[in-house]
Amino acid sequence: MSGTSVEEIKKHVRTYILVFVALMALTIVTVAVSYLHLSVGWAIAVALFIATIKGSLVAGFFMHLISEKKLIYATLILTFVFFIALMILPTSGYLDKVVK
Amino acid sequence: MQIPYTVSLRPDTGLFNAKLGVWLFLASEVMLFGALFSSYVFLRVAAPEWPHGYDLLNVPLALLNTIVLISSSVTMVMSWASLMMKDFVKYKRYMGLTILCGLIFLVVKAFEYGEKFAVGITPADSTFMAIYFTLTGLHGLHVVGGIIVNTYFWGPGSKMWKREPERFTNRVEVAGLYWHFVDLVWIFLFPVLYLL
Repeated sequence: MSGTSVEEIKKHVRTYILVFVALMALTIVTVAVSYLHLSVGWAIAVALFIATIKGSLVAGFFMHLISEKKLIYATLILTFVFFIALMILPTSGYLDKVVK
Repeated sequence: MQIPYTVSLRPDTGLFNAKLGVWLFLASEVMLFGALFSSYVFLRVAAPEWPHGYDLLNVPLALLNTIVLISSSVTMVMSWASLMMKDFVKYKRYMGLTILCGLIFLVVKAFEYGEKFAVGITPADSTFMAIYFTLTGLHGLHVVGGIIVNTYFWGPGSKMWKREPERFTNRVEVAGLYWHFVDLVWIFLFPVLYLL
């Protein structure tokens, strides 16, 4: 981001405000959906979907991932792969049919 | 000897060193919180019954904290943008607001914990409470760490602005990366613990 002009930064600031509004709106939606008392599966899916959108907005705009160097993308892709592995591990009982 | 690539970009990475360093640190943080989220899933899928977070926890307070933390992320990025626009006064204002939001978050969290302890609910109470206190406690410690770093850059650390403005701006940018990550973790913790 070094060498970015003041005009460009002003444009960024407008984007930050829009992202802030979107994050607030999505927070309200998250809470509102919880009052619908969906089935557990749907509730988890919807809540995680909204949280992923919010997280992407934070990472993409506030953390500038939308215009970052490839080395950082490579680091994060590797991190994501290991993160997914961690999330799959708890279901290993189903793979071995230990849990019926 | 001067520390290299605090401002200029390292030719092989195209980044100043601190940025790559903080991103690598955040990658390890993803694994730390990832392991705990994984534990949460592991405990939950095998539990005969799992309570709804909203029946046991204070959702309005957590919602307030979500709003406070998201706001602090905006003020953090605005403090960096102010430095990019060479406006140090605005930087101080936005960074001050970020610290204030962090402190409000901790006070609200302490109030929430206090509410639980007052009626005898502790991490030993149930599996749900154990994972709730572990996840929010670790997250709270990260907020404390962020406040300490941000307070340094708001106070004594900001003297660098006069000597090396670009280096200071880069420092604030990477402190921001950490702070946004802490916000990002909360964005997932809030629905997972309180709403599901």
